[in-house]
Amino acid sequence: MNQKEALTEYLLRLADSDMILGQRLCELCGKAPALEEEMALMNVALDLVGQARNWYEYAADLIDDGRDADKLAYRRDAHDYRNLLLTEQPNEDYAVTMGRQFFFDVWHYFTLKSLVNASDERVAGIAAKALKEVTYHLRRSSEWVKRLGDGTEESHRRMQDAVDILWRFTGELITPDETDQLMAEAGIGPDPEQLKEDWRGLVKEVLQEATLTPQPDDAWMYMGGKRGEHTEHLGFILAEMQFLQRAYPDATTW
Amino acid sequence: MYAQLVETGAKRVKSLDEMSPEERAFQEKIDAETKIEPKNWMPEGYRKTLVRQISQHAHSEVVGMLPEGNWVTRAPTLKRKLQLMAKIQDEAGHGLYLYSAMETLGADRDEEIEKLHQGKAKYSSIFNYPTLNWADMGAVGWLVDGAAIVNQVVLQRTSYGPYSRAMIRICKEESFHQRQGYQILLDMMREGTEEQKQMVQDAINRLWWPALMMFGPHDDESPNSQQSMAWKIKRKSNDELRQMFIDQTVPQLEYLGCTAPDPDLKWNEETGHYDFGEINWQEFYDVLKGNGPCNRERINTRKKAIEEGAWVREAAVAYAKKQKQRAAAA
Repeated sequence: MNQKEALTEYLLRLADSDMILGQRLCELCGKAPALEEEMALMNVALDLVGQARNWYEYAADLIDDGRDADKLAYRRDAHDYRNLLLTEQPNEDYAVTMGRQFFFDVWHYFTLKSLVNASDERVAGIAAKALKEVTYHLRRSSEWVKRLGDGTEESHRRMQDAVDILWRFTGELITPDETDQLMAEAGIGPDPEQLKEDWRGLVKEVLQEATLTPQPDDAWMYMGGKRGEHTEHLGFILAEMQFLQRAYPDATTW
Repeated sequence: MYAQLVETGAKRVKSLDEMSPEERAFQEKIDAETKIEPKNWMPEGYRKTLVRQISQHAHSEVVGMLPEGNWVTRAPTLKRKLQLMAKIQDEAGHGLYLYSAMETLGADRDEEIEKLHQGKAKYSSIFNYPTLNWADMGAVGWLVDGAAIVNQVVLQRTSYGPYSRAMIRICKEESFHQRQGYQILLDMMREGTEEQKQMVQDAINRLWWPALMMFGPHDDESPNSQQSMAWKIKRKSNDELRQMFIDQTVPQLEYLGCTAPDPDLKWNEETGHYDFGEINWQEFYDVLKGNGPCNRERINTRKKAIEEGAWVREAAVAYAKKQKQRAAAA
């Protein structure tokens, strides 16, 4: 893998993770526990899909085979999707929704914080804008994890369950593969060891304040999203999300 | 127009002579176009009418998110998805803003929402129709937001200050939604495939009449209008607003290259307005009574959201209380 290939792969991971989590949040439209949350969820989703578009556009330029951002989002099947498994997990209850968001946001925040200093200017530019948005996402999801963890007996139980359900998908966030290593070496992506330390540190801090117990660092982890091996959920997400593009392949304008 | 058939509790409008000194002073203020503010004295009927109207309007914004939520997960491109998400977010914001305006009248948001869930409070009949193809997202923006704007532009001059100010802010965003909606249809008609053009015409066929119904019954069937007009809560009659909407919309329809499902729709040189056919009022009243295609689904979705979110809201309250106690102890 040369650096351009690694960067393309890396951009698709960022784009796909943003896109799929944004899609999951769209599913909650009209179903949030309060009107303020309707606004906030849609706001976060809007940021994520907007960021996905920026990453896709850059990836499309590098791939340079005539496909644009829409084609990358709407015409690739699950095995070509590179999103983190965490992002495709279902909404379940609000504890799972917020737990998923929190684990992702911590990873997203530290990743972007590193990407703003990337040797690649276009990456740095997109990351700078995204970091502002994600700083807010992280503050919000951390607050919710604390509220639910340290709220009522029921909310504590649900939030702890969410942590336990989602934990096995978090290993992928902080376990580097060849692409991650290459990006770090190229001065683009974060240093994998630093990312791992930052992620674990902040997650543990917030969970502790939320009176929640993390699972052990060496717990078994379910991985594969970054190489296109997904959970069963992704196929259904794409079937819904890509429906119009697939059903009307001749349409060039929407 | 998101408020239909708002009750005023008045059988007829009182003359100035019949009013108490307070009522007369109030009416004179209204007649002089002075805005009524939350701390001013107001007749109970005025207050109740406004609570009903503003809460209907707020409920409509919130329920109105559902037919769009039906397509936001299937929007065909990144651009359209982002636009639709932004529109839905605006609507949640309008709901919040309107509930706040309503609370300046001493009403409680949760209580009014409970009335909605019990079927005691109304929301615009339009949102009880299903959104069946992607072009509906264009047609809703163009026709539904379009109809809402016709009404809300006038409501910017409504007599109650907080409601009037809410309308000024909301109108700006809805004009933007309307243009976006129209653009979706225009792009599909100009550059789309035969199938996409059929989607557009199909969406218009289904939403045309329900959009006209948004203005409410004929003036002579609208027993509460007179009092609302006297209080300047309402500024123009249902039929006047409907005609304004038709007159501005038909040229846009023609520009699209589409037709309305109304054989009687034609330009009248003498009146300078479009003539149009009679609305199916049976259908209108059926939908208002709960017998529209999606009434049950819409209310059930909202009820479920609030019921299933109860533990979340309780947790937030409990946590805030603990935080306060900790701060006090520190």
